[in-house]
Amino acid sequence: MDRFALDAAHMLAGGMVLVSFMLLYQNRMFGLLNVYALHAVVLSLSVAWQAHVQDAPHLWVTATIAVVLKAIVIPVALRRMVIRLGVHRTIETVGGIGPTMLMGIGLVALSMVVMLHAAADADPIAREDLALALSVILLGLLMMVTRHNAVSQIVGFMSLENGLILAATGARGMPLVVEISIAFSVLVAFIVIGVFLFRIRERFDSVDTQAIDDYRGGRE
Amino acid sequence: MILDLLVQGAQMILVLALAPLLLGFTRTVKSRLLRRRGPPVTQVYRDLLRLVRKEAVLADDASWLFRNAPYAIFSATWVAAALVPTFATGLHFSWAADLIVVTALLGSSRFFLALAGMDVGTAFGGIGSSREMLFSTLAEPAMIMIVFVVALVAGSTQLSEIAVFMVDHATLRVSLGLALIALIIVALAENARIPVDNPATHLELTMVHEAMILEYSGRHLAVIELAAALKLLLYMSLIGCIFVPWGMARPSSGFLPLVIGVATYVVKLAAGGFLLVLFETSIAKMRVFRAPEFLGSALMLGFLGTLLLFVSRSF
Repeated sequence: MDRFALDAAHMLAGGMVLVSFMLLYQNRMFGLLNVYALHAVVLSLSVAWQAHVQDAPHLWVTATIAVVLKAIVIPVALRRMVIRLGVHRTIETVGGIGPTMLMGIGLVALSMVVMLHAAADADPIAREDLALALSVILLGLLMMVTRHNAVSQIVGFMSLENGLILAATGARGMPLVVEISIAFSVLVAFIVIGVFLFRIRERFDSVDTQAIDDYRGGRE
Repeated sequence: MILDLLVQGAQMILVLALAPLLLGFTRTVKSRLLRRRGPPVTQVYRDLLRLVRKEAVLADDASWLFRNAPYAIFSATWVAAALVPTFATGLHFSWAADLIVVTALLGSSRFFLALAGMDVGTAFGGIGSSREMLFSTLAEPAMIMIVFVVALVAGSTQLSEIAVFMVDHATLRVSLGLALIALIIVALAENARIPVDNPATHLELTMVHEAMILEYSGRHLAVIELAAALKLLLYMSLIGCIFVPWGMARPSSGFLPLVIGVATYVVKLAAGGFLLVLFETSIAKMRVFRAPEFLGSALMLGFLGTLLLFVSRSF
Protein backbone atom coordinates (compact mmCIF):
# COMPACT_ATOMS: atom_id res chain seq x y z
CA MET A 1 0.00 0.00 0.00
CA ASP A 2 1.70 3.18 -1.05
CA ARG A 3 1.64 6.43 0.86
CA PHE A 4 -0.75 8.27 -1.44
CA ALA A 5 -3.44 5.58 -1.27
CA LEU A 6 -3.32 5.73 2.51
CA ASP A 7 -3.51 9.52 2.57
CA ALA A 8 -6.42 9.64 0.14
CA ALA A 9 -8.32 7.04 2.17
CA HIS A 10 -7.75 9.09 5.31
CA MET A 11 -8.80 12.23 3.52
CA LEU A 12 -12.10 10.72 2.42
CA ALA A 13 -12.82 9.23 5.84
CA GLY A 14 -11.92 12.59 7.42
CA GLY A 15 -14.30 14.20 4.95
CA MET A 16 -17.06 11.95 6.32
CA VAL A 17 -16.33 13.19 9.85
CA LEU A 18 -16.40 16.76 8.59
CA VAL A 19 -19.76 16.25 6.87
CA SER A 20 -21.08 14.70 10.10
CA PHE A 21 -20.16 17.92 11.86
CA MET A 22 -21.93 19.84 9.10
CA LEU A 23 -25.02 17.74 9.87
CA LEU A 24 -24.76 18.72 13.52
CA TYR A 25 -24.32 22.37 12.55
CA GLN A 26 -27.17 22.51 10.06
CA ASN A 27 -30.44 23.65 11.56
CA ARG A 28 -32.73 23.88 8.57
CA MET A 29 -34.59 20.86 7.29
CA PHE A 30 -33.80 21.05 3.57
CA GLY A 31 -30.20 22.01 4.28
CA LEU A 32 -29.99 18.96 6.52
CA LEU A 33 -31.22 16.68 3.74
CA ASN A 34 -28.74 18.17 1.26
CA VAL A 35 -25.89 17.67 3.69
CA TYR A 36 -27.06 14.10 4.26
CA ALA A 37 -26.92 13.49 0.49
CA LEU A 38 -23.37 14.91 0.53
CA HIS A 39 -22.54 12.52 3.38
CA ALA A 40 -23.65 9.60 1.23
CA VAL A 41 -21.68 10.87 -1.77
CA VAL A 42 -18.49 11.15 0.31
CA LEU A 43 -19.18 7.63 1.65
CA SER A 44 -19.50 6.21 -1.85
CA LEU A 45 -16.29 7.98 -2.92
CA SER A 46 -14.52 6.50 0.07
CA VAL A 47 -15.86 3.02 -0.65
CA ALA A 48 -14.95 3.33 -4.33
CA TRP A 49 -11.43 4.38 -3.37
CA GLN A 50 -11.13 1.35 -1.09
CA ALA A 51 -12.41 -0.85 -3.92
CA HIS A 52 -9.73 0.56 -6.18
CA VAL A 53 -6.95 0.31 -3.60
CA GLN A 54 -7.82 -3.11 -2.20
CA ASP A 55 -8.65 -4.43 -5.67
CA ALA A 56 -11.96 -5.70 -4.33
CA PRO A 57 -14.66 -5.64 -7.04
CA HIS A 58 -17.53 -6.30 -4.64
CA LEU A 59 -16.90 -2.95 -2.98
CA TRP A 60 -17.86 -1.26 -6.24
CA VAL A 61 -21.33 -2.73 -5.70
CA THR A 62 -21.41 -1.20 -2.22
CA ALA A 63 -20.35 2.16 -3.63
CA THR A 64 -23.09 2.02 -6.25
CA ILE A 65 -25.69 1.10 -3.63
CA ALA A 66 -24.51 4.00 -1.48
CA VAL A 67 -24.75 6.54 -4.25
CA VAL A 68 -28.09 5.40 -5.70
CA LEU A 69 -29.93 4.55 -2.52
CA LYS A 70 -28.52 6.98 0.02
CA ALA A 71 -27.53 9.96 -2.06
CA ILE A 72 -30.59 10.00 -4.30
CA VAL A 73 -33.53 7.80 -3.25
CA ILE A 74 -33.59 8.39 0.51
CA PRO A 75 -32.98 12.19 0.42
CA VAL A 76 -35.67 12.63 -2.24
CA ALA A 77 -38.10 10.48 -0.24
CA LEU A 78 -37.27 12.38 2.95
CA ARG A 79 -37.76 15.68 1.18
CA ARG A 80 -41.22 14.65 0.02
CA MET A 81 -41.99 13.40 3.51
CA VAL A 82 -40.90 16.72 5.03
CA ILE A 83 -43.11 18.63 2.62
CA ARG A 84 -46.09 16.38 3.37
CA LEU A 85 -45.52 16.69 7.11
CA GLY A 86 -45.06 20.45 6.78
CA VAL A 87 -42.03 20.57 9.09
CA HIS A 88 -39.65 22.54 6.83
CA ARG A 89 -39.11 25.11 9.60
CA THR A 90 -36.15 25.59 11.90
CA ILE A 91 -35.07 22.59 13.92
CA GLU A 92 -34.57 23.22 17.59
CA THR A 93 -31.57 21.54 19.14
CA VAL A 94 -31.12 20.68 22.76
CA GLY A 95 -28.50 22.94 24.32
CA GLY A 96 -27.65 24.94 21.19
CA ILE A 97 -25.19 24.29 18.41
CA GLY A 98 -21.99 25.31 20.21
CA PRO A 99 -22.16 22.79 23.08
CA THR A 100 -23.31 20.08 20.65
CA MET A 101 -20.26 20.67 18.48
CA LEU A 102 -18.01 20.57 21.54
CA MET A 103 -19.58 17.28 22.57
CA GLY A 104 -18.94 16.08 19.03
CA ILE A 105 -15.24 16.92 19.37
CA GLY A 106 -15.17 15.05 22.65
CA LEU A 107 -16.66 12.01 20.94
CA VAL A 108 -14.11 12.17 18.13
CA ALA A 109 -11.32 12.34 20.71
CA LEU A 110 -12.84 9.39 22.55
CA SER A 111 -13.07 7.24 19.44
CA MET A 112 -9.49 8.12 18.43
CA VAL A 113 -8.09 7.19 21.80
CA VAL A 114 -10.13 4.00 22.04
CA MET A 115 -9.39 2.77 18.53
CA LEU A 116 -5.72 3.60 18.37
CA HIS A 117 -5.12 1.82 21.67
CA ALA A 118 -7.43 -1.11 21.11
CA ALA A 119 -6.07 -1.89 17.65
CA ALA A 120 -2.49 -0.80 18.18
CA ASP A 121 -0.96 -3.60 16.12
CA ALA A 122 -3.49 -3.67 13.28
CA ASP A 123 -2.92 -2.59 9.69
CA PRO A 124 -2.53 1.23 9.79
CA ILE A 125 -5.02 1.89 6.99
CA ALA A 126 -7.65 -0.20 8.76
CA ARG A 127 -6.88 1.23 12.20
CA GLU A 128 -7.17 4.92 11.43
CA ASP A 129 -10.09 4.36 9.10
CA LEU A 130 -11.83 2.47 11.90
CA ALA A 131 -11.17 5.33 14.30
CA LEU A 132 -12.72 7.82 11.87
CA ALA A 133 -15.65 5.47 11.18
CA LEU A 134 -16.30 5.12 14.90
CA SER A 135 -16.39 8.91 15.19
CA VAL A 136 -18.95 9.07 12.36
CA ILE A 137 -21.07 6.49 14.22
CA LEU A 138 -20.84 8.36 17.52
CA LEU A 139 -21.64 11.67 15.82
CA GLY A 140 -24.74 10.04 14.29
CA LEU A 141 -25.77 8.89 17.74
CA LEU A 142 -25.18 12.38 19.12
CA MET A 143 -27.37 13.78 16.38
CA MET A 144 -30.16 11.37 17.30
CA VAL A 145 -29.87 12.37 20.95
CA THR A 146 -29.78 16.13 20.50
CA ARG A 147 -32.60 16.63 18.02
CA HIS A 148 -36.26 16.82 18.95
CA ASN A 149 -37.62 16.45 15.47
CA ALA A 150 -38.25 12.88 14.35
CA VAL A 151 -37.13 13.56 10.76
CA SER A 152 -33.72 14.84 11.86
CA GLN A 153 -33.43 11.83 14.14
CA ILE A 154 -33.90 9.67 11.04
CA VAL A 155 -31.11 11.60 9.32
CA GLY A 156 -28.93 10.95 12.36
CA PHE A 157 -29.71 7.25 12.16
CA MET A 158 -28.90 7.14 8.46
CA SER A 159 -25.59 8.92 8.95
CA LEU A 160 -24.77 6.44 11.73
CA GLU A 161 -25.39 3.66 9.25
CA ASN A 162 -23.05 5.35 6.75
CA GLY A 163 -20.41 5.17 9.47
CA LEU A 164 -21.02 1.42 9.79
CA ILE A 165 -20.48 0.95 6.05
CA LEU A 166 -17.29 3.00 6.27
CA ALA A 167 -16.03 0.76 9.07
CA ALA A 168 -16.97 -2.36 7.13
CA THR A 169 -15.10 -1.33 3.99
CA GLY A 170 -12.00 -0.33 5.92
CA ALA A 171 -11.72 -3.85 7.33
CA ARG A 172 -10.90 -6.39 4.66
CA GLY A 173 -12.87 -9.52 4.07
CA MET A 174 -16.37 -8.26 4.75
CA PRO A 175 -18.54 -10.45 2.51
CA LEU A 176 -20.82 -8.84 -0.05
CA VAL A 177 -23.89 -10.62 1.33
CA VAL A 178 -23.49 -8.82 4.65
CA GLU A 179 -23.13 -5.44 3.02
CA ILE A 180 -26.14 -5.88 0.78
CA SER A 181 -28.24 -7.13 3.65
CA ILE A 182 -27.21 -4.10 5.75
CA ALA A 183 -28.15 -1.79 2.90
CA PHE A 184 -31.56 -3.38 2.47
CA SER A 185 -32.30 -3.64 6.14
CA VAL A 186 -31.66 0.11 6.34
CA LEU A 187 -34.07 0.63 3.48
CA VAL A 188 -36.69 -1.46 5.28
CA ALA A 189 -36.02 0.47 8.48
CA PHE A 190 -36.46 3.67 6.52
CA ILE A 191 -39.85 2.56 5.21
CA VAL A 192 -40.97 1.44 8.66
CA ILE A 193 -39.83 4.73 10.19
CA GLY A 194 -41.61 6.62 7.42
CA VAL A 195 -44.90 4.87 8.14
CA PHE A 196 -44.31 5.33 11.83
CA LEU A 197 -43.74 9.07 11.41
CA PHE A 198 -47.10 9.57 9.79
CA ARG A 199 -48.73 7.55 12.55
CA ILE A 200 -47.00 9.73 15.17
CA ARG A 201 -48.22 12.84 13.44
CA GLU A 202 -51.77 11.50 13.22
CA ARG A 203 -51.78 10.60 16.88
CA PHE A 204 -50.00 13.61 18.41
CA ASP A 205 -50.38 16.35 15.74
CA SER A 206 -46.60 16.84 15.79
CA VAL A 207 -43.37 15.04 14.93
CA ASP A 208 -41.63 16.54 17.93
CA THR A 209 -40.64 13.60 20.09
CA GLN A 210 -40.94 15.78 23.18
CA ALA A 211 -44.70 15.61 22.66
CA ILE A 212 -44.52 11.82 22.93
CA ASP A 213 -42.61 12.03 26.21
CA ASP A 214 -45.57 13.83 27.76
CA TYR A 215 -47.80 10.88 26.93
CA ARG A 216 -45.56 8.38 28.64
CA GLY A 217 -46.91 9.32 32.05
CA GLY A 218 -45.91 8.35 35.58
CA ARG A 219 -42.17 8.87 35.04
CA GLU A 220 -41.82 12.46 36.10
CA MET B 1 22.61 41.82 0.00
CA ILE B 2 21.42 44.83 -2.00
CA LEU B 3 19.61 42.49 -4.36
CA ASP B 4 17.88 40.77 -1.45
CA LEU B 5 16.70 44.10 -0.13
CA LEU B 6 15.49 45.04 -3.61
CA VAL B 7 13.43 41.85 -3.90
CA GLN B 8 11.97 42.43 -0.44
CA GLY B 9 11.16 46.03 -1.42
CA ALA B 10 9.55 44.78 -4.62
CA GLN B 11 7.34 42.50 -2.55
CA MET B 12 6.27 45.39 -0.31
CA ILE B 13 5.41 47.57 -3.31
CA LEU B 14 3.73 44.67 -5.11
CA VAL B 15 1.27 43.90 -2.31
CA LEU B 16 0.43 47.58 -1.96
CA ALA B 17 -0.11 47.98 -5.69
CA LEU B 18 -2.10 44.80 -6.16
CA ALA B 19 -4.44 45.14 -3.17
CA PRO B 20 -6.85 47.71 -4.69
CA LEU B 21 -6.73 45.82 -7.98
CA LEU B 22 -7.83 42.61 -6.25
CA LEU B 23 -10.69 44.41 -4.52
CA GLY B 24 -11.73 46.04 -7.80
CA PHE B 25 -11.53 42.70 -9.56
CA THR B 26 -13.83 41.04 -7.02
CA ARG B 27 -16.34 43.89 -7.31
CA THR B 28 -16.36 43.75 -11.10
CA VAL B 29 -16.70 39.98 -11.25
CA LYS B 30 -19.47 40.10 -8.66
CA SER B 31 -21.42 42.62 -10.72
CA ARG B 32 -20.97 40.47 -13.81
CA LEU B 33 -22.22 37.40 -11.96
CA LEU B 34 -25.28 39.41 -10.90
CA ARG B 35 -25.74 40.45 -14.56
CA ARG B 36 -24.80 44.05 -13.94
CA ARG B 37 -22.05 45.82 -15.77
CA GLY B 38 -20.23 46.98 -12.65
CA PRO B 39 -17.38 49.46 -12.16
CA PRO B 40 -14.10 49.07 -14.05
CA VAL B 41 -11.39 47.05 -12.33
CA THR B 42 -9.39 50.20 -11.57
CA GLN B 43 -12.27 51.93 -9.77
CA VAL B 44 -10.79 51.36 -6.31
CA TYR B 45 -7.63 53.31 -7.24
CA ARG B 46 -9.78 56.21 -8.39
CA ASP B 47 -11.85 56.10 -5.22
CA LEU B 48 -8.70 56.20 -3.10
CA LEU B 49 -7.30 59.09 -5.12
CA ARG B 50 -10.55 61.01 -4.76
CA LEU B 51 -10.62 60.44 -1.00
CA VAL B 52 -7.02 61.60 -0.60
CA ARG B 53 -7.83 64.86 -2.40
CA LYS B 54 -10.84 65.54 -0.20
CA GLU B 55 -10.78 67.36 3.10
CA ALA B 56 -10.78 65.21 6.23
CA VAL B 57 -13.67 66.14 8.49
CA LEU B 58 -13.22 65.43 12.19
CA ALA B 59 -15.88 65.27 14.88
CA ASP B 60 -15.60 67.79 17.70
CA ASP B 61 -14.99 65.08 20.26
CA ALA B 62 -12.33 63.27 18.24
CA SER B 63 -9.10 62.76 20.18
CA TRP B 64 -5.55 62.24 18.91
CA LEU B 65 -6.33 58.52 18.84
CA PHE B 66 -8.99 59.01 16.19
CA ARG B 67 -6.57 60.93 13.99
CA ASN B 68 -3.67 58.52 14.36
CA ALA B 69 -5.48 55.19 14.36
CA PRO B 70 -5.78 54.95 10.53
CA TYR B 71 -2.02 55.13 10.13
CA ALA B 72 -1.42 52.55 12.87
CA ILE B 73 -3.97 50.21 11.27
CA PHE B 74 -2.50 50.71 7.83
CA SER B 75 1.12 50.21 8.84
CA ALA B 76 0.42 47.06 10.88
CA THR B 77 -1.58 45.55 8.01
CA TRP B 78 1.00 46.53 5.41
CA VAL B 79 3.86 45.01 7.39
CA ALA B 80 1.85 41.80 7.84
CA ALA B 81 0.98 41.67 4.13
CA ALA B 82 4.58 42.30 3.14
CA LEU B 83 5.84 39.52 5.40
CA VAL B 84 3.69 36.75 3.89
CA PRO B 85 5.66 35.12 1.06
CA THR B 86 3.88 35.91 -2.20
CA PHE B 87 6.06 35.20 -5.21
CA ALA B 88 9.29 34.07 -3.55
CA THR B 89 10.32 32.27 -0.38
CA GLY B 90 13.28 33.11 1.81
CA LEU B 91 13.18 36.88 1.33
CA HIS B 92 15.39 39.20 3.35
CA PHE B 93 12.90 39.66 6.19
CA SER B 94 11.46 36.16 6.04
CA TRP B 95 13.01 35.27 9.41
CA ALA B 96 10.36 37.59 10.89
CA ALA B 97 7.55 36.20 8.72
CA ASP B 98 6.11 34.03 11.39
CA LEU B 99 2.44 33.01 11.39
CA ILE B 100 2.08 34.12 15.00
CA VAL B 101 3.60 37.50 14.17
CA VAL B 102 1.16 37.94 11.30
CA THR B 103 -1.75 37.06 13.59
CA ALA B 104 -0.51 39.48 16.24
CA LEU B 105 -0.08 42.33 13.74
CA LEU B 106 -3.62 41.81 12.50
CA GLY B 107 -4.83 41.65 16.08
CA SER B 108 -3.22 44.99 16.95
CA SER B 109 -4.66 46.64 13.84
CA ARG B 110 -8.08 45.36 14.89
CA PHE B 111 -7.52 46.74 18.38
CA PHE B 112 -6.87 50.23 17.03
CA LEU B 113 -9.84 50.02 14.69
CA ALA B 114 -12.16 49.09 17.57
CA LEU B 115 -10.77 51.93 19.71
CA ALA B 116 -11.24 54.40 16.87
CA GLY B 117 -14.80 53.20 16.39
CA MET B 118 -15.62 54.04 19.99
CA ASP B 119 -13.57 57.23 20.20
CA VAL B 120 -16.10 59.71 18.81
CA GLY B 121 -18.90 58.28 20.89
CA THR B 122 -21.55 57.70 18.25
CA ALA B 123 -23.87 54.75 18.66
CA PHE B 124 -22.98 53.13 15.35
CA GLY B 125 -19.27 53.10 16.06
CA GLY B 126 -19.85 51.52 19.45
CA ILE B 127 -22.08 48.79 18.00
CA GLY B 128 -19.53 48.07 15.29
CA SER B 129 -16.66 47.85 17.77
CA SER B 130 -18.53 45.61 20.15
CA ARG B 131 -19.51 43.24 17.33
CA GLU B 132 -16.00 43.23 15.93
CA MET B 133 -14.68 42.23 19.36
CA LEU B 134 -17.36 39.54 19.68
CA PHE B 135 -16.28 38.02 16.38
CA SER B 136 -12.59 38.37 17.12
CA THR B 137 -12.88 36.47 20.40
CA LEU B 138 -13.73 33.47 18.22
CA ALA B 139 -11.71 34.27 15.10
CA GLU B 140 -8.39 34.75 16.87
CA PRO B 141 -8.35 31.44 18.78
CA ALA B 142 -9.44 29.75 15.56
CA MET B 143 -6.50 31.37 13.78
CA ILE B 144 -4.12 30.23 16.51
CA MET B 145 -5.48 26.67 16.22
CA ILE B 146 -4.88 26.77 12.47
CA VAL B 147 -1.33 27.95 13.17
CA PHE B 148 -0.86 24.99 15.51
CA VAL B 149 -2.12 22.50 12.91
CA VAL B 150 0.15 23.88 10.21
CA ALA B 151 3.10 24.09 12.58
CA LEU B 152 2.63 20.50 13.76
CA VAL B 153 2.60 19.29 10.16
CA ALA B 154 5.42 21.43 8.80
CA GLY B 155 7.52 21.64 11.96
CA SER B 156 7.77 25.42 11.84
CA THR B 157 5.65 28.53 12.17
CA GLN B 158 7.78 30.45 9.72
CA LEU B 159 5.89 30.96 6.48
CA SER B 160 8.83 30.53 4.11
CA GLU B 161 9.77 27.21 5.64
CA ILE B 162 6.12 26.07 5.62
CA ALA B 163 5.83 26.88 1.91
CA VAL B 164 9.03 25.00 1.08
CA PHE B 165 7.92 22.04 3.21
CA MET B 166 4.53 21.90 1.51
CA VAL B 167 6.11 21.83 -1.95
CA ASP B 168 8.69 19.19 -1.05
CA HIS B 169 6.49 16.89 1.06
CA ALA B 170 3.10 17.46 -0.51
CA THR B 171 0.63 14.89 0.79
CA LEU B 172 -3.08 14.79 1.36
CA ARG B 173 -3.73 15.19 5.04
CA VAL B 174 -7.01 15.27 6.91
CA SER B 175 -5.73 17.85 9.38
CA LEU B 176 -4.58 20.22 6.63
CA GLY B 177 -7.98 19.91 4.95
CA LEU B 178 -9.65 20.90 8.21
CA ALA B 179 -7.20 23.79 8.64
CA LEU B 180 -7.93 25.03 5.10
CA ILE B 181 -11.67 25.15 5.69
CA ALA B 182 -11.18 26.85 9.06
CA LEU B 183 -8.83 29.41 7.51
CA ILE B 184 -11.34 30.19 4.77
CA ILE B 185 -14.05 30.79 7.39
CA VAL B 186 -11.75 33.03 9.42
CA ALA B 187 -10.73 34.93 6.28
CA LEU B 188 -14.37 35.53 5.31
CA ALA B 189 -15.16 36.87 8.76
CA GLU B 190 -12.03 39.00 9.09
CA ASN B 191 -12.53 40.64 5.73
CA ALA B 192 -16.20 41.40 6.41
CA ARG B 193 -17.28 39.31 3.43
CA ILE B 194 -20.78 38.11 2.83
CA PRO B 195 -21.99 35.44 5.18
CA VAL B 196 -20.76 37.49 8.14
CA ASP B 197 -20.87 41.10 6.95
CA ASN B 198 -21.78 42.78 3.69
CA PRO B 199 -18.94 44.81 2.15
CA ALA B 200 -21.20 46.54 -0.36
CA THR B 201 -23.71 48.26 1.91
CA HIS B 202 -23.09 51.31 3.97
CA LEU B 203 -26.24 51.78 6.01
CA GLU B 204 -27.55 48.58 7.37
CA LEU B 205 -28.18 47.71 10.98
CA THR B 206 -26.12 44.53 10.79
CA MET B 207 -22.95 46.08 9.43
CA VAL B 208 -19.77 45.61 11.42
CA HIS B 209 -16.72 46.93 9.60
CA GLU B 210 -18.49 49.87 7.97
CA ALA B 211 -20.05 50.87 11.30
CA MET B 212 -16.65 51.39 12.88
CA ILE B 213 -15.33 53.61 10.11
CA LEU B 214 -18.53 55.58 9.59
CA GLU B 215 -17.04 58.76 11.08
CA TYR B 216 -13.94 58.77 8.90
CA SER B 217 -13.55 60.86 5.78
CA GLY B 218 -10.92 62.13 3.40
CA ARG B 219 -7.39 60.80 3.65
CA HIS B 220 -8.14 58.90 6.87
CA LEU B 221 -10.85 56.93 5.12
CA ALA B 222 -8.56 56.35 2.13
CA VAL B 223 -5.89 54.88 4.39
CA ILE B 224 -8.40 52.63 6.16
CA GLU B 225 -9.89 51.42 2.88
CA LEU B 226 -6.44 50.64 1.57
CA ALA B 227 -5.70 48.72 4.77
CA ALA B 228 -8.92 46.71 4.27
CA ALA B 229 -7.89 45.90 0.69
CA LEU B 230 -4.45 44.86 1.93
CA LYS B 231 -6.05 42.57 4.48
CA LEU B 232 -8.03 40.76 1.80
CA LEU B 233 -4.86 40.34 -0.24
CA LEU B 234 -3.00 39.15 2.86
CA TYR B 235 -5.48 36.38 3.61
CA MET B 236 -5.45 35.23 -0.01
CA SER B 237 -1.64 35.20 -0.06
CA LEU B 238 -1.67 33.31 3.22
CA ILE B 239 -3.98 30.61 1.86
CA GLY B 240 -1.91 30.51 -1.33
CA CYS B 241 1.36 30.33 0.57
CA ILE B 242 0.31 27.51 2.89
CA PHE B 243 -1.98 25.38 0.75
CA VAL B 244 -1.00 26.08 -2.89
CA PRO B 245 2.66 27.11 -2.65
CA TRP B 246 3.65 25.87 -6.11
CA GLY B 247 5.43 28.24 -8.47
CA MET B 248 7.19 30.34 -5.84
CA ALA B 249 10.79 31.31 -6.48
CA ARG B 250 13.39 29.73 -4.20
CA PRO B 251 15.97 32.02 -2.54
CA SER B 252 18.76 33.30 -4.84
CA SER B 253 17.53 31.40 -7.87
CA GLY B 254 17.93 34.11 -10.47
CA PHE B 255 15.62 36.34 -12.41
CA LEU B 256 13.41 33.94 -14.39
CA PRO B 257 11.94 32.09 -11.36
CA LEU B 258 11.04 35.45 -9.86
CA VAL B 259 9.08 36.38 -12.98
CA ILE B 260 7.37 32.98 -12.96
CA GLY B 261 6.65 33.48 -9.25
CA VAL B 262 4.98 36.83 -9.84
CA ALA B 263 2.93 35.42 -12.73
CA THR B 264 1.69 32.44 -10.71
CA TYR B 265 0.95 34.74 -7.77
CA VAL B 266 -1.26 36.93 -9.93
CA VAL B 267 -3.02 33.85 -11.30
CA LYS B 268 -3.56 32.55 -7.74
CA LEU B 269 -5.02 35.88 -6.66
CA ALA B 270 -7.35 35.99 -9.65
CA ALA B 271 -8.51 32.42 -9.00
CA GLY B 272 -8.97 33.16 -5.28
CA GLY B 273 -10.92 36.33 -6.01
CA PHE B 274 -13.16 34.51 -8.46
CA LEU B 275 -13.87 31.67 -6.01
CA LEU B 276 -14.60 34.20 -3.26
CA VAL B 277 -17.11 36.01 -5.45
CA LEU B 278 -18.69 32.76 -6.60
CA PHE B 279 -19.16 31.76 -2.96
CA GLU B 280 -20.54 35.17 -2.03
CA THR B 281 -23.11 35.26 -4.80
CA SER B 282 -24.37 31.78 -3.98
CA ILE B 283 -24.98 32.38 -0.27
CA ALA B 284 -27.12 34.76 1.77
CA LYS B 285 -25.84 36.93 4.58
CA MET B 286 -26.51 35.36 7.95
CA ARG B 287 -27.94 37.08 11.01
CA VAL B 288 -25.35 38.75 13.21
CA PHE B 289 -26.09 36.36 16.05
CA ARG B 290 -25.58 33.36 13.76
CA ALA B 291 -22.07 34.56 12.92
CA PRO B 292 -20.51 33.40 16.23
CA GLU B 293 -21.73 29.88 15.45
CA PHE B 294 -20.16 30.11 11.99
CA LEU B 295 -16.87 31.29 13.47
CA GLY B 296 -17.16 28.79 16.28
CA SER B 297 -17.20 26.04 13.68
CA ALA B 298 -13.85 27.36 12.40
CA LEU B 299 -12.47 27.20 15.92
CA MET B 300 -13.84 23.68 16.24
CA LEU B 301 -12.25 22.56 12.96
CA GLY B 302 -8.89 23.94 14.03
CA PHE B 303 -9.28 22.19 17.36
CA LEU B 304 -10.19 18.92 15.65
CA GLY B 305 -7.17 19.17 13.35
CA THR B 306 -4.82 19.72 16.29
CA LEU B 307 -6.44 16.84 18.14
CA LEU B 308 -6.03 14.45 15.21
CA LEU B 309 -2.38 15.41 14.89
CA PHE B 310 -1.76 14.83 18.57
CA VAL B 311 -3.33 11.38 18.44
CA SER B 312 -1.58 10.23 15.30
CA ARG B 313 0.97 12.04 13.16
CA SER B 314 -0.25 10.35 9.99
CA PHE B 315 -3.46 12.39 9.82
